[in-house]
Amino acid sequence: MEDLKTFLIQKVLLFESDTLPVETEKVLQQIRRDKTNVPVIHISSNTSSIIAGSEKTLNAVQTYIEENEPGALTVRVGCSGPANYEPMVCIQMPGKNKLFFRNITEEKVEALLNGVFHNDINEDDLLGQAGTRGFEFWPGISFMDDLPFFAHQKRVVLGNCGCYDPESIEEYIARGGYSTYVKTIRHYTYEEVCDIIERSGLRGRSGGGYLTGLKWKQALNTSSNARYLICNAKESDPGSFSDRTILESDPHRLIEGMAIAAYAIGATNAILYLKSGSDYARKRLQSAISKAREYGIIGHNIYSSGYNLEILLRQEPGAFVCGEETALINSLEGKRGMPQLKPPYPTTSGLSGKPTVINNVETLMNVPLIMQNGPEWFRSIGTETSPGTKIFAITGRGRMSGVVEVEMGTTLGTVLEDIVDGIKDGKEFKAIQLGGASGSFITAENLDTPVDFDAMKQKGFGMGAGGFVVIDETSCMVDMVRYYMEFIRNESCGKCIPCREGTGRMLEILESVIKKPVNEDSGTTLERFKGVMQLETISSVMKDASLCGLGQTAPNPFVSALKHFREEFEEHIFDRKCRANVCRGLRTFLIDVEKCTGCTVCAGKCPVNAIYGTRLQPFFIVEDKCIGCGICYDVCKFSAVIVK
Amino acid sequence: MAADLDTILKKYKQGRREDLIPLLQEIQAENGYLSEESIIKVGGHLGLSTTKIFGLATFYDEFRFVPSGKVHIKICHGTSCFVNGSQPVIDKFKEELKILPGQTTRSGNLSFEIVSCMGGCYHGPVILVNGEYQIHVRPEQVPDLVKKLKFIIEND
Repeated sequence: MEDLKTFLIQKVLLFESDTLPVETEKVLQQIRRDKTNVPVIHISSNTSSIIAGSEKTLNAVQTYIEENEPGALTVRVGCSGPANYEPMVCIQMPGKNKLFFRNITEEKVEALLNGVFHNDINEDDLLGQAGTRGFEFWPGISFMDDLPFFAHQKRVVLGNCGCYDPESIEEYIARGGYSTYVKTIRHYTYEEVCDIIERSGLRGRSGGGYLTGLKWKQALNTSSNARYLICNAKESDPGSFSDRTILESDPHRLIEGMAIAAYAIGATNAILYLKSGSDYARKRLQSAISKAREYGIIGHNIYSSGYNLEILLRQEPGAFVCGEETALINSLEGKRGMPQLKPPYPTTSGLSGKPTVINNVETLMNVPLIMQNGPEWFRSIGTETSPGTKIFAITGRGRMSGVVEVEMGTTLGTVLEDIVDGIKDGKEFKAIQLGGASGSFITAENLDTPVDFDAMKQKGFGMGAGGFVVIDETSCMVDMVRYYMEFIRNESCGKCIPCREGTGRMLEILESVIKKPVNEDSGTTLERFKGVMQLETISSVMKDASLCGLGQTAPNPFVSALKHFREEFEEHIFDRKCRANVCRGLRTFLIDVEKCTGCTVCAGKCPVNAIYGTRLQPFFIVEDKCIGCGICYDVCKFSAVIVK
Repeated sequence: MAADLDTILKKYKQGRREDLIPLLQEIQAENGYLSEESIIKVGGHLGLSTTKIFGLATFYDEFRFVPSGKVHIKICHGTSCFVNGSQPVIDKFKEELKILPGQTTRSGNLSFEIVSCMGGCYHGPVILVNGEYQIHVRPEQVPDLVKKLKFIIEND
């Protein structure tokens, strides 16, 4: 083990030329398991696949191997993207291409492995094959790259995800990792690194789209005795998991990116600010950081370059607003995570008053690639003003789900139709919600918008951190807006009045819209209409007067939903109807005469005595009295109560 | 318990303000919640008033001040789980357990909380019961699940 470490450091990391000698390459091939004499079984292992049961699959595979194929290897790898195919299993037979299988739960393991080892492959769960030159093809099996889910992607940043064991630094180095970093700190000055990143045109991937190189230069040019780099892995949007997938599948590239960025601004301390609750990612990162320290990637006088670096892992204690730069710094300083007025920007006065650069995970993941391949290479991908790729976490009602990476300039329609492959269960598409809790709804007419910072901004959409929620006709837009508003109301820090009061009042009004008043004559109707009239005014005040991005963008879901789905709001307000039958308060019930046995249970439970009838005869509901609580629907044992 | 607290405090000898959050996180990881006694002790160690610490701890969602139940249930309420129907599941849990999110039943057996995203977005609604994930949960399954849990606790 010690020999391997010295070998990797001396012959790979400290090797100055671009092409490695053949003997070194041979050892690396072994580490990468390119050529194996025994079957290797890769099992995806991240939060998403563990939830789907991959640990049980792994146990089943190991038991099978012990009994039938001693010598075969099992490797835990990261996530390769499609969450609906979890748990994914990839089998590499000696000398042959890798075979990928989907949804391998523990009970399927035996049949699958029996099949593969005896050359009788079950086609149902088979996804495809993948491999490089020199391997034998499996005849009649399609390639993974030809699957529509992968064919329309450009996996650059996610290139390593799902290919290697994230807990093994040796494998990362064998795949070309960390040598860029070592070259950078040995041969480039701070300014040169900033220059390269600026020339590449890399823009911050957290939504604002600020030039990363420029930000670094601002921090570098502020004179100070200490500087800090913070990697914002907070990813607060509910339902966005791309950062978490990266952290779990490729933690070493993030550390390399952080180390290069810290070097570029001359920081000796870097902090990784992790989301609360992501324990699996924390475990992987802790192990990755300690391995990096073992290999001298971080530490004192790194590879005799005279540069020192320390990476600290901090877990955020659970507040949405801490994704905001100044709030994040406050929380790191042991205060409440409340935003502050900018300027001064963190690049001039951040953590402990020192210049601080805050970059998000996706931005930093791009950095080692740019340093390795050069800024021109990066500019050749994507559009003129937004080079590179963008990662989306696709969730919701789409047929496919998971983490995807597309070239900038790809239209949203391509993502939805080709990669996501339309809507589940043949339902009607309604909208895409892009950019998390403060993003906007994008409807069918805007699907031709390209993924590009400027094009998006022009149409008034924010890309945010890459949450991509597919919404279909089973969701009610008013309820969606209420959900987001409730989330923001709970997460508003309470510092400034427009946000604190505005979100509360907007939620109150929206809740009155989706509830049926107990009686209409007590002035509640008037109050409700008065409220509805105010919604748009409140939104514009919040947008103008809130202190930070959270409050300024909080009305976005409402404003865009009102623009595209006005008729749905009007239906709720005037007709008291919810077309998706989601809003519980507005449902009306009917008793099916055929099914009702007259057992009187519903009539006994009804809180407003709206159900009448004679015992053992079909009952009926008086609609005017019904408050839509749904108790009768829940208690009926004969499914005789139906939602109208 | 008090001894544990002292060992944790010893790790943060310098007693800087920056250490406050990691310190509280560690205490919570150790004890499952922040007791009044531990907050007072932390205050003494860092030279901060108890109200300041309590104010900070209530600001963040992660900290809790009552012990969680023997069985703790986490329900995901991220956008994807919401779109797939987590709201009825939460309502059903409230009804069955007769407590609100973040509370513990009077018997001290069951508690539940709402989290914003657990990462199993395709399999929503996802719930986590004592470290074990359950996927595609329907509200109809909740009463049976609660009954089963109560049975397990009583026979433990």
